[in-house]
Amino acid sequence: MSLGQIGQRITQKLTEAFSPAELNVIDESHKHAGHVGARPEGETHFKVVIVSEAFQGKSRIEQHRLINQVLAEELAERVHALSISANAAT
Amino acid sequence: MTEVRDWIDNVVKTNDVVLFMKGTPEQPQCGFSGRVTQMLDYLQVPYSGVNVLESDMLRQGIKEYSDWPTVPQLYIKGEFIGGCDIVTEMFQSGELKDTITEQGLVAEGA
Repeated sequence: MSLGQIGQRITQKLTEAFSPAELNVIDESHKHAGHVGARPEGETHFKVVIVSEAFQGKSRIEQHRLINQVLAEELAERVHALSISANAAT
Repeated sequence: MTEVRDWIDNVVKTNDVVLFMKGTPEQPQCGFSGRVTQMLDYLQVPYSGVNVLESDMLRQGIKEYSDWPTVPQLYIKGEFIGGCDIVTEMFQSGELKDTITEQGLVAEGA
């Protein structure tokens, strides 16, 4: 499924912040239709799979914090759930 | 917000395992919270569930307490462990079980 406006913004921000070796932003909003936080217009639930050297030597919590900071605006205004799988580049 | 912060701090420090979640362990109101309760149940670790949907101040307060934007949030022995993704990774790798065992938190007879 192609990404909407929010998904594209997430992709762009993560790319700029972490120069990831691998990045996959997946819109999973359809899986949560009707749940708390879901909106009819979608783009509320995302999954991010990211591999970047920026995560080297950082704990899981630190890795997630870095990502949450970059996406603070999106999390505050629209995105209800962000599922993160972060790894340091191998 | 100081009062809420103090309340949260007290809960986190006086309970060995605390899960701040949407809904209750018996009736989770969110898939992510539900997943964490399932993992804790599977490991047979006793824990306290705090339903953040009961109060807006609590819902906001827990995010500020840990500087973490989402719920659920798991705490073991006063330490913030992570949200659903991190707990899931730790569950799958066996780290969560190790942490619980090391801290002597496994239920009697488990």
